[in-house]
Amino acid sequence: MIATSPKQKQSRLPEILAHASGDKRFKILEAHMKKHQFKHDALIEVLHKAQELFGYLEDDLLLFIAYKLKLPASRVYGVATFYHFFTLKPKGQHTCVVCLGTACYVRGADKVLAAVEGKAGIKAGETTPDNQLSLLTARCIGACGIAPAVVYDGTVTPRQTAESALERVKGWIGHDH
Amino acid sequence: MIIDDLNEIAEKERASRKKFTIRCCMAAGCMSSNSDAVKKSLEKAVKDSGLDELVEVRGVGCMRLCCQGPLVQVDPNDALYERVTPEDAASVVGTVKGGQTTVQRGDPQSAFFTKQLSIVLSNSGYVDPERIDSYIAAEGYKALHDVLREMTPKEVVDEIIKSGLRGRGGAGFPTGLKWGTVAKTEDGHKYVICNADEGDPGAFMDRSVLESDPHSVLEGMAIAAYAVGAAQGFIYVRAEYPLAISRLQTAIKQAKERGLLGSGIFESPFNFNVDLRIGAGAFVCGEETALMMSVEGKRGTPRPRPPFPAESGLWGCPTLINNVETFANVAAIIRKGADWFASIGTEKSKGTKVFALAGNITNTGLIEVPMGTPLRQTVETMGGGAPDGGTIKAVQTGGPSGGCIPADSLDTPVDYESLAKLGSIMGSGGMIVMDETTRMVDVARFFMEFCMDESCGKCVPCRAGTVQMYQLLSKILARKATAADLRRLEELCDMVRNTSLCGLGQTAPNPVLSTLRFFRHEYLELLNKEADSPNGEAKAPAAAAGK
Repeated sequence: MIATSPKQKQSRLPEILAHASGDKRFKILEAHMKKHQFKHDALIEVLHKAQELFGYLEDDLLLFIAYKLKLPASRVYGVATFYHFFTLKPKGQHTCVVCLGTACYVRGADKVLAAVEGKAGIKAGETTPDNQLSLLTARCIGACGIAPAVVYDGTVTPRQTAESALERVKGWIGHDH
Repeated sequence: MIIDDLNEIAEKERASRKKFTIRCCMAAGCMSSNSDAVKKSLEKAVKDSGLDELVEVRGVGCMRLCCQGPLVQVDPNDALYERVTPEDAASVVGTVKGGQTTVQRGDPQSAFFTKQLSIVLSNSGYVDPERIDSYIAAEGYKALHDVLREMTPKEVVDEIIKSGLRGRGGAGFPTGLKWGTVAKTEDGHKYVICNADEGDPGAFMDRSVLESDPHSVLEGMAIAAYAVGAAQGFIYVRAEYPLAISRLQTAIKQAKERGLLGSGIFESPFNFNVDLRIGAGAFVCGEETALMMSVEGKRGTPRPRPPFPAESGLWGCPTLINNVETFANVAAIIRKGADWFASIGTEKSKGTKVFALAGNITNTGLIEVPMGTPLRQTVETMGGGAPDGGTIKAVQTGGPSGGCIPADSLDTPVDYESLAKLGSIMGSGGMIVMDETTRMVDVARFFMEFCMDESCGKCVPCRAGTVQMYQLLSKILARKATAADLRRLEELCDMVRNTSLCGLGQTAPNPVLSTLRFFRHEYLELLNKEADSPNGEAKAPAAAAGK
């Protein structure tokens, strides 16, 4: 048993590395690791960079990072799954992040979320089947003074209501919903 | 860099000031209301009207009244403009020549501003956070110079002890004692960490300090490093704060260029470097042992203490961890003296505290008041009470680890001890005001859901206990719970509080306990009395694990 599992891993690596050699993003990622001198404590920084480059962290990407940083794959996978910020699934074309911090919550962020959920036909954390919209929630983005806040494609937008949120995501939601 | 160079930079910066300064808030709150474009139009309007020689447009940090952003202030006219749009720029600039504008005016003399006392935020809204010279002109890095050239590390520690400064992260541990413990450990590798993992929902003080005055934190860290004998610092900041991260990166780079970080600072033998560590969205990483795991690039799970980080922290080395606001107080204490600092606040809680006012309140934003200021002054006089004629029902402090203070206790002075007596905590300084439309059981469940999601899973009481408590609260809200369920909830609170490994679990029951204490009737009203059997035992079994 013990002898077989490393073998499987070995067999996948050349494939990943061959694939990586043809993709510029892997080179950028490797340069980033080099900047951190391939230090183990830079793992979270490297994962941030990887997610920035690829949008999400797929298994092969995690194996690539593990190989380059000389870390066990379990450690890389463990860290990637521990932190909410990292996603192992691809995101949609557009993102809508509803802040559910306390200030936003008492000012009706739950209603904003429910409205978008209803309109898009997905739950928070999911992506529409046409891959257009990912609906996410945040645990406070620190914009409590302008609550409730919603982040549309990276832009923090103040004082949202169910109506203004629907207006904003209208174009991102397919007409079949 | 020697003191003359520093003075020269300050002089040059002050000499370059123009007759009028238009300050435009560039902190995250106003930025999300388009203040970036406002600043650009202001600059263009100044240029177009040929006022370059007379007017400076300065991007500054948080101007505090976030709900009315974007904020623009024209000095020395002392005119504050609210909700400024890029189209308003020309008329605002016109006012320096005596022109009129229809832009909404704010009142800088209102209680919201005049009742504040600024130490931590004294530069916020005045200096340009992206230019180190602007900070130097406000006496920046002078304290670091004095410490390095004129004080021994022990004198620095003693000064901080004398000032009575306590940790602003929530627990209120005396800062000087912590520094002293790290300083007393054997020489060798030591670290200084700034905890900027402001995870409490509803708190944005640290974000504002980092965005508005990043150098004050760097200076505080450098002074701390000298006092304890460290040469390397880390700032652990949340990934949710991209603006704070970018301003910190700029600040570190500029400080290095000016020789205020790096080797041989102020031509002394002291070396200090600071690296950023970006969090990745885990509330538990605000706990110091979990934070250190995360800095090491691991899963952020806490470990039992002792050993405390002061003895064995990052990579097993003595480590000093303080909160952003704690560090931001340090330079001012050195500059103005421990006695000055100790003269502010109450007997046991010295200095000021920054609070983030949010929720159902008229004036949301940042305030800094002396310790011991009654809650009523903060939320009613300064905050303007609940909006639209509503009444304040409770004030929540301390986030998911804190509690709800009912309206009839609003005269409580806000300091570490008084809040603890009410079953809440100071926390990092988030203050969420709730009006009469807020259901307290709902609030308790909201926080419990938060703790349940954020539990790292290492210890059972927290991992399983939060799930059970959440389900009991849901059952109560669905009007299906019995008196026995309520008893079970209270037992669980007690168990989770006393047996969890770290602060997250130990304080997770606080929102439930404090709402039970002050708003018990709301729980009782929701109980299903008919389901209660005569012997007091619930007929229905406890909520099955559905998650």
